[in-house]
Amino acid sequence: MATVSSSTESALVLGRPSLAEVTRTVAGIVERRTPRAWWAAFALTGSLTLVLLAMLGYLVTTGIGVWGNNSPVGWAFDITNFVFWIGIGHAGTLISAILYLFRQRWRTSINRFAEAMTLFAVACAAIFPMFHVGRPWRAYWLFPAPNAWLDLWPNFRSPLIWDVFAVSTYGTVSLLFWYVGLIPDLATLRDRAQSRARQVIYGVLSLGWRGSARHWNHYEMAYLLLAGLSTPLVLSVHSIVSFDFAVSLLPGWHTTIFPPYFVAGAIFSGFAMVVTLMVVARQAFGLQHLVTMKHLENMNKVMLATGLIVGYAYGVEFFIAWYSGNPYERFAFVNRALGPYSWAYWIMVGANVLAPQCFWFRRLRTSVPAMFAISILVNIGMWFERFVIIVSSLHRDFLPSAWGMFRPTWVDLLTLAGSFGLFLTLFLLFVRFLPLISMSEVKGMMAAREGA
Amino acid sequence: MNGKQYWRSLGQRRESAEFRQWLEREFPEQASEWTGSRRTLLRLMAASFGLAGLTACRRPAERILPAGRGVEGYVPGRPLYYATIMTLSGLATGLLVETHEGRPTKIEGNPEHPSSRGAATAFAQAAILSLYDPDRSRSVLRQGRRSSWEELAGFLRSHFEAAGRGEGLWLVSSAIGSPSLARLKALLLEKHPRAHWIEYEPLGREQELEGSRLAFGRALQPQFRFDQAEVILSLDADFLGLDCLAPAWITAFARRRRVSSPSDGMNRLYVVETAYSLTGAMADHRRRARPSEIPALAQELARELGLAASLPVVQPGAPRSWAEAVARDLKRHRGRCLVLAGPRQPAAVHALAHWINHALGNVGRTVYYTEPAVRTQAERLHDLAAEAASGGLRTLVILGGNPAYNAPAELDFAALMRKASVSIHLGPEADETAALASWHVPEAHFLESWGDGRALDGTASIQQPLIEPLFGGKTAAELVALIAGYPRQRAYELAHEYWTAQWPKGDAERIWRRSLHDGVIPETAFPEIRPAPDVPRLRSLSAAPPPAGAELEVTFLPSASTYDGRFANNGWLQEAPEPVTKLTWDNAALISPATARRLGLQAGDLATLERAGRRIVMPVWIQPGHADGAVSLTLGYGRLRCGRVGRGVGHNAYPLRLSGAAPEAAALRLSKLGRKYPLAVTQEHHSMEGRPLVREATLEQFRRQPDVAARQGPKTEPFSLFREHAYTQGHQWGMAVDLNACIGCNACLLACQAENNIPIVGKQQVRRGREMHWIRLDRYYAGGEDDPQVVWQPVACQQCEMAPCETVCPVAATNHSPEGLNDMTYNRCIGTRYCANNCPYKVRRFNFLDYHKGLEEVQKMAYNPDVTVRMRGVMEKCTYCVQRIEEKKIQAKAEGRPLRDGEILTACQQTCPAEAIVFGDLNDPESRVSRLKRDPRNYSLLGELNTRPRTSYLLKLRNPNPEMESLESS
Repeated sequence: MATVSSSTESALVLGRPSLAEVTRTVAGIVERRTPRAWWAAFALTGSLTLVLLAMLGYLVTTGIGVWGNNSPVGWAFDITNFVFWIGIGHAGTLISAILYLFRQRWRTSINRFAEAMTLFAVACAAIFPMFHVGRPWRAYWLFPAPNAWLDLWPNFRSPLIWDVFAVSTYGTVSLLFWYVGLIPDLATLRDRAQSRARQVIYGVLSLGWRGSARHWNHYEMAYLLLAGLSTPLVLSVHSIVSFDFAVSLLPGWHTTIFPPYFVAGAIFSGFAMVVTLMVVARQAFGLQHLVTMKHLENMNKVMLATGLIVGYAYGVEFFIAWYSGNPYERFAFVNRALGPYSWAYWIMVGANVLAPQCFWFRRLRTSVPAMFAISILVNIGMWFERFVIIVSSLHRDFLPSAWGMFRPTWVDLLTLAGSFGLFLTLFLLFVRFLPLISMSEVKGMMAAREGA
Repeated sequence: MNGKQYWRSLGQRRESAEFRQWLEREFPEQASEWTGSRRTLLRLMAASFGLAGLTACRRPAERILPAGRGVEGYVPGRPLYYATIMTLSGLATGLLVETHEGRPTKIEGNPEHPSSRGAATAFAQAAILSLYDPDRSRSVLRQGRRSSWEELAGFLRSHFEAAGRGEGLWLVSSAIGSPSLARLKALLLEKHPRAHWIEYEPLGREQELEGSRLAFGRALQPQFRFDQAEVILSLDADFLGLDCLAPAWITAFARRRRVSSPSDGMNRLYVVETAYSLTGAMADHRRRARPSEIPALAQELARELGLAASLPVVQPGAPRSWAEAVARDLKRHRGRCLVLAGPRQPAAVHALAHWINHALGNVGRTVYYTEPAVRTQAERLHDLAAEAASGGLRTLVILGGNPAYNAPAELDFAALMRKASVSIHLGPEADETAALASWHVPEAHFLESWGDGRALDGTASIQQPLIEPLFGGKTAAELVALIAGYPRQRAYELAHEYWTAQWPKGDAERIWRRSLHDGVIPETAFPEIRPAPDVPRLRSLSAAPPPAGAELEVTFLPSASTYDGRFANNGWLQEAPEPVTKLTWDNAALISPATARRLGLQAGDLATLERAGRRIVMPVWIQPGHADGAVSLTLGYGRLRCGRVGRGVGHNAYPLRLSGAAPEAAALRLSKLGRKYPLAVTQEHHSMEGRPLVREATLEQFRRQPDVAARQGPKTEPFSLFREHAYTQGHQWGMAVDLNACIGCNACLLACQAENNIPIVGKQQVRRGREMHWIRLDRYYAGGEDDPQVVWQPVACQQCEMAPCETVCPVAATNHSPEGLNDMTYNRCIGTRYCANNCPYKVRRFNFLDYHKGLEEVQKMAYNPDVTVRMRGVMEKCTYCVQRIEEKKIQAKAEGRPLRDGEILTACQQTCPAEAIVFGDLNDPESRVSRLKRDPRNYSLLGELNTRPRTSYLLKLRNPNPEMESLESS
């Protein structure tokens, strides 16, 4: 909770723009004619989204057999994708809530962006638990909907039910948090709107915001409360997701380090995704003076730190496997590093542990191409982390007679690609119709500086 | 009922062929034999219509008698059981068939029958599926076009009137064990004295009978008493596997391996063989040998036993010390040992085995002799070929079998068939032979036709149908009766007439009914014959062929799935993993790891195999423990004219199979083709990784340390964080599997498939790892890859008390019952597969796709109505046959008595010929399963995980000869 020196602050907004200029820059993105590049990108991601829909349609009409899942590998791309997207969804709330509570002012330019990313990632993630079940038309049984005929409830001992609560709570609170943060900016857009349609839509969405002191007072309180509410969720969601594995008895899953390891991994991957997208967005929309190198550098530092935690966890898993003396667990980890899926393991280690080490060097930490490349690597690495945990543990467990191999089908691959399509489509819609930087907060920070 | 009106119009056409055919198919026995007035016909028809409309029941009328309960007390929904037989290669095994509303659904062994003693083989279990196979032939074909039985009858009448005394008439039939068919054969040959009749089986046992002719001067069938034998030497006889002629052999053998206290004894089994067989896997000492080495070894053994001292040592390198040690062991067990030779061995080896048994005083004790139940004469096919070549072959009748596919390659049976001006083929499907025949007649399945047969020991049984022919098939007896112009033509009359004539007149009907009920005809077993060996001839015998210079020798094996090819269209069998290789939906050329290295081959490589100028292409599979320098080819695959299931599955090895006394040893050339072929195996990993899964000890170790099973596991005392249920009330079900008895034969797997409506998934899905079998036979190798030992472990749901699957199911679809069953609620399951992931035994099976899709109505008749058919997206697994548990509980309750131990049999347990599976109530301290759980050999699989499995295993034992240990370690 250190007070922020003015030199740091000046690094967060460059070129001393006026408040009006900030508004013009940010709101202008939404108000300008849709650029051709946006349409091109939208066509691409939109097609991928259609691919996702087609794959899900094929899945529902034909069965899980269209994927490569089998016995013993009951979960593969489905849950890998779920955990991957949920992990991505961690950065937003962390940046918005925890950094807010810790008064980290550098969060202001990136929090809106990260929160939106969180929501879209959670939306992508939610697809997989719903559709990975054999009978998705019965997936609603996962919710504790009272059952009129048999008085049946879900099994509250099952971590999958905990998941349902954790993810739905997280999704709801993140949405509220994001939306509450949007209200002042929506009002700005409403006020600047040229067309009737925009006036009505933004008018309704801004909930009658007038910017009065009373409004600001309530707003700040609500925002603070939501931040407080979200903070434990950042830690709980991925802890609970990790219980899917930690609570089982499968060697390679049954590990007490999983909750902190998963949370660190989630933040790691979330920040990597923010960097990936931010680097592109600030270039595309000319926001270099609002999303500065300082922001990016800070995010890279977080990635370095969480990457180290993740690397530590990889090491400790091996240590415990050896130290516990449990032969099944020892085998599971040796198999992970040297077995048929060792290629995936070493991709994971290379991308998650080795690549972020570049961020020790200031030059690489502040180089846009370097951080873009590394953040992509981390995204890949974190996807593989989940793949390694799920598939390499399942494919060889207790009885060698039941061992098998998982090979993805084209449907697996296209579904994964399609989920990126959905994520990016939502993102494109977001940058087109909503302010991707919180104008009010940036201005608040500038005002504080002016006043100092 | 407007039957009369309907009938008036049809009646006008009643002489037409279609009408007669229609009559035959649709109405009870008497109706189709109608000879009475038009009025009688109308009355019958009206009644039949009423019945047909009400029930559509095809169960033959009153002449089938249930084994358990009378039809009078029949309650719809409750199954009835009828005794019948299944005949394979002419030998009958007794079955008990469960029917639901006139629809046979499940086959069990007949406990009264000497061949089965309550057990049924995998082939018998799968026969239900073949019965309802929609690809079976459905009508008489003339030159491939639809015809009718009447047209054939008309044709035959005129054809055989012209045939005179049977000149140019050749009949090739399957092996005939049926006494009534044998009589018809005699009648036909009487009427057509110039005709020739060959009994041919591709897997015939001519060498065995020839061996007895060499040894005793006459063809005799050796009968084995495995329960009397303490030391058994098998010379390439897979008597627990595909050379097993009666499941009761396995029962008798396994009873001598029941060890529950250190004072119990156990038999010792020596096996010499080329490929790895089930018998080899059970061996205490297994010696792998090229086909040509086995006769040498037999001869060596005879020398060691002092029988053939004059014989030269054929192969200087022959494993003398091995034979020496075995000979000593045999000598120590005079009268309590047994030597047997397999059907692939030449007659001389059989003769030596007979001689050795005689010399060791085993005859009359562990082995005795009777008349042979079947005599096949494959060698006479050459006479047929000669006749065809000379143009003398006019009429060829093929009664069952598929010689165009499986006759010895040098005969070129297809070309031979074309030389006959008329050829008539009777068979269950329009197969390779049917395609070449001018007439094809669909053959009735044994579950839909009357007949009779003899077991190996001569015991005769009536083959009682359970359903009218679904596709209008005929039996061989009916066709022969037609050809012979015999006055009676219906299968029922032919069997009934033959047998009632054997019995005193007044009693005949009673004995007939009694025989139907029991499934055996009393006092029909062959009498024991005490032959004397022809020692001078045996002395001059040379068993060993000259040392083969061949680099690669070849041996041909029956298939565990298709037998000789006849079951190729049976999906259950095709998908059942071959016990040792675990291959499904394919055969492969089996070679040893060393041979593979020498030839630069890997598993799945396609290779060209060439022998005597013929060539086939086949994938290679590397079989640890296979003899070096030899290739084993599984027969029965690569069927081209077959139903949809079996067409083109695997590769046909028959083109390389030649006839002759020792045809197997001729040289083979194998060359790599440079392409891969996808093979579907259900077990890809073969080592236990040092884990205490199958626990095994020698008898000696067990005697020294009775708790050796527990010692092999980790010493952990797991405790639970959950409050545990006591499970002390009511029944508490449990199971014990004796690994020392299990022979790995797949019968349980097929029984489970039939009982529990388990779908087949096909080769591609097996390759993806999605086979659905609820019970798996895990096979592990121990020792080096060149000569490992094999152990089996049947693994189904272990019904854990602390079940890991139950806690993780989000919708509570899998729960514990008060009786300790881990129940699966299919209609609550949404298919997250979390339970399967968390199952350490990986016994849960998921319906990845709709595996019951697109079935024809007739296929659905095979389903067990007591078991839900699972939809896609749902998890399933072994239930301990909960439907059987409930059925017996209800029955006991209705009868107001407690359940008896052994009353409930799970499907796997009931059919297991080795009696390796015992199920029962753990709350009853005196139940068999409770006693087995107290056995010192008892242990839990992965018990250290604290899953508390209800199924436990009994330590596997081997009884090695201490003299030989030094031999084998060297």
